[in-house]
Amino acid sequence: MQTKTVEDQESATPAPLRVLIVDDEQPARSRLRDLLFDLSESLPVVVVGEAAHGREAIVMAQSNVVDVVLLDVRMPVMDGVETAQHLQRLPKPPAVIFTTAYTHYAVQAFEVNALDYLLKPINATRLKDALARVAHARALRVDLLRAMQVNCRSFLSVLERGNVILIPISDIVYLRAELKYVTVRTHQREYLLDESLVQLEREFGERFVRVHRNCLIARAAIRGFERAGAEGDSAWQAVLEGITERVSVSRRQHHVIRSFKRL
Amino acid sequence: MRYSINQISPIGAMPNFCQWATQWRILLAVHGLMAFMVFAYSANWQHWGQDMMRAAQLVEPFLVMSMIVLAGGNRVLQTLHYSTAVVAVLLIELFWAIALHLVAQRYWGLASESMPRMVAVVLLVTALLLFYFHLLAHARSPAVAEARLQALQARIRPHFLFNSITAVLSLIRKSPQRAEVALEDMASLFRQLMADNLDLVPIAKEIELCRQYLDLEQLRLGERLQIEWRIQQMPADALIPPLALQPLLENAVYHGIEPAEHPGVVVIDIYSVRDRLHVILRNPYQSEGSHHGGNKMAVANIRERLFLHFERQAEMVTRVGENTYEVRMSMPYVRGKQ
Repeated sequence: MQTKTVEDQESATPAPLRVLIVDDEQPARSRLRDLLFDLSESLPVVVVGEAAHGREAIVMAQSNVVDVVLLDVRMPVMDGVETAQHLQRLPKPPAVIFTTAYTHYAVQAFEVNALDYLLKPINATRLKDALARVAHARALRVDLLRAMQVNCRSFLSVLERGNVILIPISDIVYLRAELKYVTVRTHQREYLLDESLVQLEREFGERFVRVHRNCLIARAAIRGFERAGAEGDSAWQAVLEGITERVSVSRRQHHVIRSFKRL
Repeated sequence: MRYSINQISPIGAMPNFCQWATQWRILLAVHGLMAFMVFAYSANWQHWGQDMMRAAQLVEPFLVMSMIVLAGGNRVLQTLHYSTAVVAVLLIELFWAIALHLVAQRYWGLASESMPRMVAVVLLVTALLLFYFHLLAHARSPAVAEARLQALQARIRPHFLFNSITAVLSLIRKSPQRAEVALEDMASLFRQLMADNLDLVPIAKEIELCRQYLDLEQLRLGERLQIEWRIQQMPADALIPPLALQPLLENAVYHGIEPAEHPGVVVIDIYSVRDRLHVILRNPYQSEGSHHGGNKMAVANIRERLFLHFERQAEMVTRVGENTYEVRMSMPYVRGKQ
């Protein structure tokens, strides 16, 4: 072990740093636990929990007070970059330190966006330095994180009564732009999302199709199209699986109906 | 080991007489030469057809007999030193030339050809063909260099290396013994990966390598990774290109197991039917939210190396099902020394 420098510690808060470990590989989590235990003498830290993927991490970050999340980048269910975005919805988002075994593009993106990251296998000194910096960490910018994403997100997130709710993309039937929000409709209920429909369409264009200036519907949920309204000025409406309400199709988007019929 | 990329070396190479590619080349070359020689002889176009027929009466049986004997003796020829093999081939051809000449003279009444002339032509054509195959081998030596390079590139993902080291580090305090085994596995895995990897290896050896690799992956992934071996019917002495299987397993883990929330099964099915060896690999696969890039590279690399070893007799197809990904390889069942 190296000699411990006292100067580093002066800025650290006396209360222990509450750390959440997120990694899909159990050995990686237990290795981090060991490392944190080793440095707890010089830097007070306490592990509040371990999560195997992003969705679990968000649940844990809500039920515990977490100062910093050690977040693996490549995970099933929800990857690290997406998890960091959803974490920003929390009233007091924790600091994030990414961990990764990759050495190529992902790391470049971290560098460019000045995000904290650690390369696996994780070096004890680097880990300590990164944790010491956490106190002065700036808030993460969601737009930068989103730009870094390789795949589209697997969840949308909304904040309701202080809780972050994750909506699986596969559950969404349609997305409709209202005045300031986007209504997200699933089989069960509606949510209000503060994102733009244009950007959602750009991100999820493969999954959703625009049927109206203000509405995207899930391709997989389309059951058919029917005419509604009085003779003469009747308009096409989309029939969607799992919900009884109809979504109107604008005249300009009639090609969607034609391409659906061809299938 | 004879069936290797080394076989096509600049020192000299006997073609594999069992291969279709070789047989086609011989047939085309001999018929081309025959047509040319008869044409040069014939007085005019009308005679050419007749003369061809007459020549074919001699050449065709000769060709068929020689090719059967060469294919039959292929295994022996491959093990001989190149110059000895050349002499052997010339002797075989000489024998057939004399035998056929006698038969033709006695029973078919084709006495027009003098024996020394026929023997000379046969030996000349044989030597010419052997020289052609020799040149062909030379022409392919850049391919050998390339194969070397590819064998080098068929390397493990750095991601696997670093994650495995992390896994071993996590074991050192709690169960040093398991850490030791893991490090030993890693050492032999990397020794194999850094080896020359040009000669065909017994499939049993590749399987052993795969097991070591999978043990390491299991260390990281635990019960998320399940393996189903169906290799009871596998001929352990069958020869395959080295690292024909391990990179595919790595793909299966990377694309099929790691991105999945729930445990998945990788199925490895190896068997032989008559003279062909079949290798089938199946893993779960979600088309959404997974990267594709590396996948094609490993498959293309292995396909290339299969071709370098077996030419058109090897086959490799990949199939993406609803929730599965499948690679099927089939190649000649070449027996190695046990």
